Amino acid sequence: MSAQPASPVSPPLVSIVDVRKKFGDFQALDGVSLDVRTGEVVCIIGASGSGKTTLLRCVNQLVTIDSGAIWVDGELTGWRIAGNRLHSLSEKEVARQRLKTGMVFQRFNLFPHMTALENVIEGPVQVQGRNHAEAVREAKALLERVGLADKAGNYPAQLSGGQQQRVAIARALAMKPKLMLFDEPTSALDPELVGEVLAAMKELAATGMTMIVVTHELGFAREVGDRVVFMDRGAIVESGPAAEVLANPREDRLKAFLSAVLS
Amino acid sequence: MSAAPHSSPALPDIAHFTHVPDRHWGRWLAVAVIVLLLAGLARAFAVGQIEWDFVGRFLTAPAIMTGLVNTIWMTFAAMGLGILLGVTAAVMRMSPNPVLQGVAMGYAWLFRGTPVILQLLLWFNIALIFPTLGFGDWSMRTVDVMTPALAAFLGLGINQGAYTSEVIRAGMLSVDAGQYEAAKAIGMTRMKALRRIVFPQAMRVVIPPLGNEFIGMVKLTSLASVIQFAEILHAAQNIYYANSRVIELLIVAAIWYLVVVSILTPLQMLLERRFARGTGGGR
Repeated sequence: MSAQPASPVSPPLVSIVDVRKKFGDFQALDGVSLDVRTGEVVCIIGASGSGKTTLLRCVNQLVTIDSGAIWVDGELTGWRIAGNRLHSLSEKEVARQRLKTGMVFQRFNLFPHMTALENVIEGPVQVQGRNHAEAVREAKALLERVGLADKAGNYPAQLSGGQQQRVAIARALAMKPKLMLFDEPTSALDPELVGEVLAAMKELAATGMTMIVVTHELGFAREVGDRVVFMDRGAIVESGPAAEVLANPREDRLKAFLSAVLS
Repeated sequence: MSAAPHSSPALPDIAHFTHVPDRHWGRWLAVAVIVLLLAGLARAFAVGQIEWDFVGRFLTAPAIMTGLVNTIWMTFAAMGLGILLGVTAAVMRMSPNPVLQGVAMGYAWLFRGTPVILQLLLWFNIALIFPTLGFGDWSMRTVDVMTPALAAFLGLGINQGAYTSEVIRAGMLSVDAGQYEAAKAIGMTRMKALRRIVFPQAMRVVIPPLGNEFIGMVKLTSLASVIQFAEILHAAQNIYYANSRVIELLIVAAIWYLVVVSILTPLQMLLERRFARGTGGGR
């Protein structure tokens, strides 16, 4: 399905090591460790408040972690190692690190004052300083890839939820990221619009993109995911090959979650 | 359900009746009363002790025209300074840096906490505190620098900035937090996200109150008459001190204020339409 797993000696693209995060008194992440290899599609499932979205947001530093480490593409995120100390990176350096990661949000978060095309070229032109004409050419190709070539001139308010989310996927891809993060990308959609977004994600997975997907779509996880990770109360309870974990859950909490979701 | 033209034989068939809209008799009555009152008011002024030909003669007098020009440019200059300072203070106030936040809050506290007429007098009389301005070998007398125009510009503009900062901040707060996150996710720094993503959206919220403040500034410039700035009210007063036509010249000034404000209002509507892009209201 996806690209060949990298050779065992090469480090994983994403390495999350014993990450903890507290919001006030609430322990959102309680010692989470997870490796994601290049080309792998990892689906994170779990109930609301289990920490899955927080974990995803930590990977591209929208949330800063309290302790632990997150490595993306061989680089420690958020901190610079100096001797045996860690110094926090400047805002500019954090912004540069984020370029390796594309993110798709539950609520799309398209820029409402820009057309679909302008949304897609905003990052390449304004952040990466790429040539405008070239960015437009690439953006049009990306919009075509997600099936929206004819909507390039439309504002987000003129698009359906499914169309907006596909524009958001194109906007993230325009930055040429090495890793794509999806935060419940179909949760805010009307049921009949879910399929078109999942199809775009499935197509993306087939090209070998490394993806971490927080989702409630177990069908998608089974079909497209290489691995499923089940989180509960800020920790990973069970993980393994998608088909195996979903068909034969070992942990009681996962069994309870699956029966609640499927009933 | 059948496709019969009327639903049930038990109900009367009214499908072909005409719908009569509400006549709104109350509104017509109100208009009649208002017209009568206005006519009475107009008559009272027409027969009152006002020499209307004086109003006509002084409406375009050279001193009044100079005052009008001064009022207009001071409005734009002071408002420009106010917006510049207001945006800066709002960005500082919203920054994660507590030092910048504190400076912005102190600025708003100081200049919103004192009457603007007092600030104008302070700026104009600043020579009493600092007789000379400059550094090193270069210096000059403060009274030569601090003209009525400069004192009015600084006094009105800096005061305005303290108010405008709150308008801008409200606009920034009106933009969904998801917009900041999406901007960060494509690698933008805070300043770039503000400039490209947040401010264009905040404009929609900011323009109506800012238009309000602009119109307020047209009239606020009249306060600068106390420091001898030759705006339109100052010009009118100078003339009536000489010829005692107080009411006639105040009416002249009032007419010009109304004209300027009447021109600004449609400009604001144009701007609002421009920044409504993508919201369904514009285009």
